[in-house]
Amino acid sequence: MTAASREPIISVEGLTMAFGDFVVQKDLTFTVRRGDIFVIMGGSGCGKSTLLRHLIGLQAPAAGKVYYGTQSLWDAETEARLAILRRTGILYQSGALFTSMTLAENVALPLQLYTKLTPAEIGDIVSTKLALVGLAGYEDFFPSAISGGMVKRAGLARAMALDPEILFFDEPSAGLDPITSKRLDDLIIQLRDDLGATIVMVTHELPSIFAIADNSVFLDNVKRTATAGGDPREMIHNTRDPVVREFLTREGTFHENTPAPATALSPSAGAV
Amino acid sequence: MIGQRPALADLTKRIDAIPSVHRLTFDTESLGRWDSAFLTFVLGLVRYARNGQKEVDLAGLPAGVSGLIDLATAVAPHEEAAARVVRPSFVRIFGQACLDLARGTGRLMAFVGEAALSLGRLATGRARFRRSDLWLFIQQAGVDALPIVSLLSLLQGLTMAFLGAAQLKMFGAQVYVANLIGLSMAAEVGAVMTAIIMAGRTGAAYAAQIGTMQVNQEIDALKTMGLEPMDFLVLPRMLALILMMPLLYLYANLLGMLGGGLIAVTVLGMTGDQFANQLFHAVPLSVFVTGLIKSGVFGVLVALSGCMQGVNCGRSAAAVGDATTSAVVTAIVAIIIADGVFGVVAPPFSIQ
Repeated sequence: MTAASREPIISVEGLTMAFGDFVVQKDLTFTVRRGDIFVIMGGSGCGKSTLLRHLIGLQAPAAGKVYYGTQSLWDAETEARLAILRRTGILYQSGALFTSMTLAENVALPLQLYTKLTPAEIGDIVSTKLALVGLAGYEDFFPSAISGGMVKRAGLARAMALDPEILFFDEPSAGLDPITSKRLDDLIIQLRDDLGATIVMVTHELPSIFAIADNSVFLDNVKRTATAGGDPREMIHNTRDPVVREFLTREGTFHENTPAPATALSPSAGAV
Repeated sequence: MIGQRPALADLTKRIDAIPSVHRLTFDTESLGRWDSAFLTFVLGLVRYARNGQKEVDLAGLPAGVSGLIDLATAVAPHEEAAARVVRPSFVRIFGQACLDLARGTGRLMAFVGEAALSLGRLATGRARFRRSDLWLFIQQAGVDALPIVSLLSLLQGLTMAFLGAAQLKMFGAQVYVANLIGLSMAAEVGAVMTAIIMAGRTGAAYAAQIGTMQVNQEIDALKTMGLEPMDFLVLPRMLALILMMPLLYLYANLLGMLGGGLIAVTVLGMTGDQFANQLFHAVPLSVFVTGLIKSGVFGVLVALSGCMQGVNCGRSAAAVGDATTSAVVTAIVAIIIADGVFGVVAPPFSIQ
């Protein structure tokens, strides 16, 4: 199935983001299709995380629309907007686990809210989700007692609690060592392939971008708009924009020598 | 230039005095070691020369210095950024303070309104929060607060009775020490003192808890999960204080009166029965009813100030500290104002 034939799951049209008079990005238009691993990239401070906040209903656009399927996120009533967001899971940059709850309680919370499962069933599902991210046995740990990489993975388990169609990641590998971040990449691909989820990810980690992304948008922090998009592995060869080229090649020092994604993965990818 | 490095301003003045200078060069052959102060000096000279349309030749400098100078001058100073940190004038500061006040008042109103809506959702059973959280907050604002409330009210009762007794003795009216303690504890001290203890103890904790959650993006996570922070975080805290403050008020009264009784018995030579009898005659039940309502209202004020400062907290450690401070200050101001309003609207007893 080619990328273009898959149905659009998120469409952004003419989005302008601003804090008061300060315009962060303007006229953003792009489409995320079902099954994509979509990367929002750009230099520090260009508004990547702000764009993510617009996609997940935390900040209202100054102009333009965000469509989930055919539904406009910001024109929907509160209830309808929450219903849309219930189809998503979000892994925050800091993990954003509820520090007053154990890992199990964190993962259980969305299930308690939106399902009619019994506490025992919820407990079983929670254990499964924690096992998926390699945290089996850590149910009763508090977030303060585990490492940064484990917090991220627990955050991922919580994001996956309701089997979301779309998973958002805000800089998933920030602050992780290369091996942990590679394993997180593998896990993301596996989630896409095995759960059929669509992934939208904010990152500027080149190895990650080339390893897993199959679609993207590039935000330029001088022109304050999207200057490129598509599969980064094609962009690096096709782009005429010097800023995009310098970004993707780390000013000419980075080579896209990463193995092809998905198919070349080792079967041990789950053991992150 | 041999010997001591001159001040930059002196040197530029001397260069300005000779209009024929168009080009600056450096001779650093006798220079041994150099540090950041030297680098800063050269950088200042380079900036001065470029502003004055003079040529600078960096060739005479040690390789390290010229390299660092190139690095420091590669990006022009950010004019917008520089313009933004200009010292504001008094008028500007005053205007900004007024705008901040207006904005703060708006936020306060919005928060109180949202809290009311949240209570409405609670009444119709649509508010979502964890029952276990509510029990935890009840414990924290109830049982856990007993030691400090005990200590302060007992001492307060002892002190008031002791000071009062000395005055009343002059008129031979020692027996009225029971009226003094009973009325002042039930009408005023019990409610206000527990409220202020809870503002410092629990209101501050609420602001810090919610503020830290804001810093850690936990509030964002709640929102995107479809949970109202108002229902999930503020409501159980508010309920806990509404429920516990009246109980603490009664408890503080009990301890305060006990302290007064101790003085009456040991210092004034009254019997316990006499003191108790006098107390029951002196304090009408209505005073307790007003006191209970008042402390419930104080509970709302303490919870709202704490939670509001937490929710509006910025995303830094300093912001959490500020939020905690303003939570306590706001709560105490609100308590005193509300106490004044109660004193006018529902005076505990009339003076005629």
